[in-house]
Amino acid sequence: MNVKRFVWTAGLVASVRVIAGGGAAVAQTMVIRGGTILTVTNGTMVNGDILVEDGKIVEIGTNLSVPEGALVIDARGQFVMPGIIDAHSHIAAESINEGSVAVSSMTGIEDVLDPTDINIYRELAGGVTTSNILHGSANPIGGKNAVIKHRWGSDAEGLLFKGALPGIKFALGENPKRSRGGRRGVPRRYPATRMGVIDVIREAFTKARAYRKEWQDYEAQKAHGQADLVPPRRDFELEPLVEIMEGKRLVHAHCYRADEILQLLRVAEEFDFRIATLQHVLEGYKVAKEIAEHGAGASTFSDWWAYKMEAYDAIPYNAALMTEKGVLVSLNSDSAEEARHLNQEAAKTLKWGGLSEEQALALITINPAKQLRIDDRVGSIEVGKDADFAIFDTHPLSVYAVPQKTIVDGKVYFDREEDAERQKALVEERAELLEKLKPATEEKQ
Amino acid sequence: MILTRTLTILVLFSGAAASAQDDVIAITGGKIVTLAGEPIENGTIIIRNGRIAEVGANVAVPAGAEVIDASGLEVYPGMMDAVSRLGLTEISSTAATVDTTELGDYNPQLTAATAVHPSSEHIPVARANGITHAVTAPGGSGGFGVGGPYGIHGQASLINLAGWTVEEMAVKMSVGMVLHWPTIQTSTFDFSTFSRVEKKFSEVKEQYEDRVAELEDWMDAARRYAGESEKETDLKLEALAKVVEGELPMMIMADDARDIKRAVQFAEEQGIKMILLSGRDAWKEKALLAEKNIPVILGPTLRLPRTEDEAYDKPLTAASELQAAGVRVIFASFSSANSRLLPYEVGNAVARGLPWEEGLKGITLYPAELFGVSDELGSIEEGKRANLIITDGDPLEIRTEIKHLLIDGVPTSLDNRHLELYEKYRARQ
Repeated sequence: MNVKRFVWTAGLVASVRVIAGGGAAVAQTMVIRGGTILTVTNGTMVNGDILVEDGKIVEIGTNLSVPEGALVIDARGQFVMPGIIDAHSHIAAESINEGSVAVSSMTGIEDVLDPTDINIYRELAGGVTTSNILHGSANPIGGKNAVIKHRWGSDAEGLLFKGALPGIKFALGENPKRSRGGRRGVPRRYPATRMGVIDVIREAFTKARAYRKEWQDYEAQKAHGQADLVPPRRDFELEPLVEIMEGKRLVHAHCYRADEILQLLRVAEEFDFRIATLQHVLEGYKVAKEIAEHGAGASTFSDWWAYKMEAYDAIPYNAALMTEKGVLVSLNSDSAEEARHLNQEAAKTLKWGGLSEEQALALITINPAKQLRIDDRVGSIEVGKDADFAIFDTHPLSVYAVPQKTIVDGKVYFDREEDAERQKALVEERAELLEKLKPATEEKQ
Repeated sequence: MILTRTLTILVLFSGAAASAQDDVIAITGGKIVTLAGEPIENGTIIIRNGRIAEVGANVAVPAGAEVIDASGLEVYPGMMDAVSRLGLTEISSTAATVDTTELGDYNPQLTAATAVHPSSEHIPVARANGITHAVTAPGGSGGFGVGGPYGIHGQASLINLAGWTVEEMAVKMSVGMVLHWPTIQTSTFDFSTFSRVEKKFSEVKEQYEDRVAELEDWMDAARRYAGESEKETDLKLEALAKVVEGELPMMIMADDARDIKRAVQFAEEQGIKMILLSGRDAWKEKALLAEKNIPVILGPTLRLPRTEDEAYDKPLTAASELQAAGVRVIFASFSSANSRLLPYEVGNAVARGLPWEEGLKGITLYPAELFGVSDELGSIEEGKRANLIITDGDPLEIRTEIKHLLIDGVPTSLDNRHLELYEKYRARQ
């Protein structure tokens, strides 16, 4: 029985690889021909061509000549947009929350990346090419993030978006408050109130400041040539916090209510750093002025509300209203499902808040790229940027838009037609496997 | 803008009940998509006593009628969410605000409408996006999840999304009996300890068979009860008797192909009308469902595949696959907060091959037929309740805006909590 189950599972796993075309993508010179190009930063080009070499965009224009041996992707009648960037994701990771302590900055997603998570592929099939994989929201200061590209088929290291500024997760409100408390057999853990949450963050940075001073003193003494110096003991909890204060690590802070948002901005200012992004930030529209003044980005849901008390004042106008008030806004998924139609989520801001098409598309491309400080590489269709594209059969802000191809670094990682063929093969393979199982099952009975 | 809305609110408050509405309303100049024949360009609808009195291209507007100018706009039947939790849940993670699921496995005597909170903020939010009436059903978590525990959860109610009291809202107090079919699950997640609990297959299989046997016993008891002339009133059996006598359909929630097959067999053996709810594997049993003429109220199309090897877009293509096989497909949110997203659930299925009109009927005419109210609702025809929406385009498309909405012939406010908060904070300097 066990052996049979193993064979069965092994067969399926092998099939999944086949079905999703893992590792098949090859970088080559490519021309995407004749599509309507939504550059996001530089308007729309009808019947445009994009020339890609070595994974980068080298030319955008009309009637470009095709270099010999180049792969031609026929996008006539289709819409080409920059690969979608999801600023808040929890896919491709073996674990998400180290919630046993209130400060888990010593942990990081990079250590637990899972390149075999099928959601990497499923999201490619929704046009997503870059994701910010975040630690969970169990504690006020969570673990370090990993920005990845959806290079399905590569190993964990191959997923990493090299050169992206590192970040870390913070969390405010109901989640860190309730974590580890009240469940059977699980000890309660400080904090249990919003007072405690903000205190944990302030205490941690107070310690980090002292720790930084220890090192600064040590380095100063060393520079003066003092002998027999003992360096301070390294502290992996405080090191990332020092990096935050030095502007080397981005804070992505999960938050809901306007009051807690404001408290966090003020604590950051107290320690002389800035919050890179407020995540979820469902009441951000209430304090958009303060968020803009602080300089934080805001990454929110399109229209989720009322699933908990702190989401009761969530409104689908949030993204548009914060944009109107001068905040750099993105839309994120926080869900392997929602990520597959971020283009539709962006479309909701056309009706709820009246954003323009270009503003709506920016919410899922150039804006999250700016928030993650990778906008020199991705987020728009410009010469010199990475060749990351999502190709749809109609305008991606339509409910009827179906992703056709998704390209990362100039390689096709998702092709709808090829997928359909692989699906067919899988159905046949499954039937064969079931056939093989049949006599064994009968014997058992 | 604010002034216009205030006026609309006054109109709503002065005429919330259909019986109090004897003004004549004319909707003129729009394209009328009746779903009962070809669309009428530049058509007119006359509404009297809350009902559609006339509809056509050459209809005269009576003197003194209140005219809604729909020039350049489109008129559709109001959308119907065929399974929602509207009025039953406010904040899904806060138990005190959730009335979706009772204790105990067998509660056929319960009726959703008895717990509907008419001033729930979710009702105007759903309405603002074109949902004019909805079945609100017991069972389910009240949150993001479609499902809920096994059991007979009670009767679902059809309500208009306007009215001061549930009595004014109710179109039909009871439209179906909700049963969440048992399932064989060896691995479950215990939230109290936040850990996975594994059970033996033989153990859960036995429990499954016990539950099916219990259901059969209940049906037998209801049949005996219905046949007795002198009896002591038993509220549970009284309610179930309506199912065995064919007065109410059994709305059976099942996802696994195995469970769907078993539920169909059960319905056939019991001789009861079955509607399949959620039906994540329904596509695998499309031939059976078509043969037995069992309609499906699909769970949200925007879901992940069930297994790693299932096609990435199966939940999106399932609707068209079922429809092509001859299964009647209806859509629902199974939610309160997401009821307003119903048209987009359909739009995504249309993008993957479901004919547009079939999709639209799946949230208008078909659920009305299914719940026995197609003489009242579901299309724009003389004599039906005037539950209508007037839009600036295709109602399944995200950017389309609802410009006017009528429930029982009353122009009804599109104002809601979200719009109020938006305007309040937009004005903040």
